[in-house]
Amino acid sequence: MSHRYSRRLFVNRFNLVMSLVTMAFGLAFLAWILWTLFQAGFHALSVDLFTKMTPPPGSNGGLLNAIAGSLLMAAMGTVIGTPIGILAGIYLAEYGRRGWLAPVTRFINDILLSAPSIVIGLFIYEVYVFRAGHFSAWAGSLALALIVIPVVIRTTENMLKLVPDSLREAAAALGTPQWKMILMVTLRAVKAGIVTGVLLAVARISGETAPLLFTALNNQFWTSNLDSPMANLPVVIFQFAMSPYNDWQQLAWAGALLITLAVLILNVLARTVFRQPITR
Amino acid sequence: MATLVAPAEARTDSAPLTSVKMSIRGLDFYYGKFHALKNINLDIAERHVTAFIGPSGCGKSTLLRTLNRMYSLYPGQRATGQIMFNNENLLDATVDLNMLRAKVGMVFQKPTPFPMSIYENIAFGIRLYENLPQRQLDERVELALAKAAIFDEVKDKLKQSGMALSGGQQQRLCIARAIAVQPEVLLLDEPTSALDPISTAKVEELLSDLKRDYTIAIVTHNMQQAARVSDLTAYMYLGDLIEFGATDQIFLRPMRKETEDYITGRFG
Repeated sequence: MSHRYSRRLFVNRFNLVMSLVTMAFGLAFLAWILWTLFQAGFHALSVDLFTKMTPPPGSNGGLLNAIAGSLLMAAMGTVIGTPIGILAGIYLAEYGRRGWLAPVTRFINDILLSAPSIVIGLFIYEVYVFRAGHFSAWAGSLALALIVIPVVIRTTENMLKLVPDSLREAAAALGTPQWKMILMVTLRAVKAGIVTGVLLAVARISGETAPLLFTALNNQFWTSNLDSPMANLPVVIFQFAMSPYNDWQQLAWAGALLITLAVLILNVLARTVFRQPITR
Repeated sequence: MATLVAPAEARTDSAPLTSVKMSIRGLDFYYGKFHALKNINLDIAERHVTAFIGPSGCGKSTLLRTLNRMYSLYPGQRATGQIMFNNENLLDATVDLNMLRAKVGMVFQKPTPFPMSIYENIAFGIRLYENLPQRQLDERVELALAKAAIFDEVKDKLKQSGMALSGGQQQRLCIARAIAVQPEVLLLDEPTSALDPISTAKVEELLSDLKRDYTIAIVTHNMQQAARVSDLTAYMYLGDLIEFGATDQIFLRPMRKETEDYITGRFG
């Protein structure tokens, strides 16, 4: 065996070992976080979590209002953000092939996609909360929608770009108008991918704290009034975890576990149930 | 109507001159600055199969794609000249592309079933133009599938996805989809290059049936296929139409040295 070949073999093994080590390093922290969370969180899980409101320090309580608030605002944010995101994604992938508008929009969307969420929270605070004079669930939903939009735009555009032009040509060859081609052929071909994108956007906003801190704030009581401050898991966790009270800290652990489980389930759903092969 | 543009000697008894369906005059085509077709003059005979052969990049697919203005989908591609079809220059900016493509159908190299059921793949095109009651729609779908010689294979699974079919079946499904909208001309761009020999034979058989009702233009890399299925053959090279005439004449007694070299495999 030549020296050259054994050297190549060594370099190959060395690189393999190094990449395994770095992967293990990253995964170890993830495992550590999950382990700590599950240990402390499971301990704090109880029926009360889902039946009682957030308590004052020193008394019994749960997270019902925060869970409901989180679900409601995440749902509202998704409902507002998804149609805008899908339509804009369609524009970028299907209509914006000529001219400057699409590249500029794509660039701005990329910036929005990587904007720190606290900036989005402050933006809604400035344009909505400050003028309305009070925090509200509406403001929270809008902030979350602003996070959903760029994610959905990006996935919709990327998915549609995976559709081969041959399929568009085939539709055009029948004399199909463009809107019908998009609706009946290309969108259909990537339905699963777009649903996955929306689910991942939902997963993303379920854990966002900063945009809600400046918009929905928090509410110790149950409310279904969208024009009033509303409790939500991330802000409750933030507030309770920082407190000196043991029972609040326990609730924060439980809330963190709930969010993590929800995000985990959404991710697994997105990656398994809705994963279908893309049309060639 | 104009007569076929072909060398006078090329007209043999095997290609009786019928009426002209499409008449191409002085056609030039550009991909941006690249001059891909140079002053093409040629007539497509009604209810005949016209084959376009030539080495890769000779412009045969480009020529086919001008006949239904497929190139108009892409910025930077343009054609000048004249293609008369039903007394109208189809290159005119005023031509309604959707109506043109309803009359000039196309089948592509790779099968392109839509992501929907076999039935819906066919019904999709029909619904674009006609609002039929369910029973009539069923009949039209069945008729198109039968004409494309695929009905027997799919009649029990019309609700299944068209994408689950084999490559050869998908291609016949696409032919069925194209003829379901009752076009006058059918363009086929290397329709069998992605198919196995048995599926290829089925599609070729189909062409000889279809030419009773449709005018067919086919691009092919396979010279035997051109010889088998076509009545007229055009040999193209580097954007020029080198020779056009009855298929028998082109293959047995080519007029031009270039054509002979290509057909005998000395080149290309």
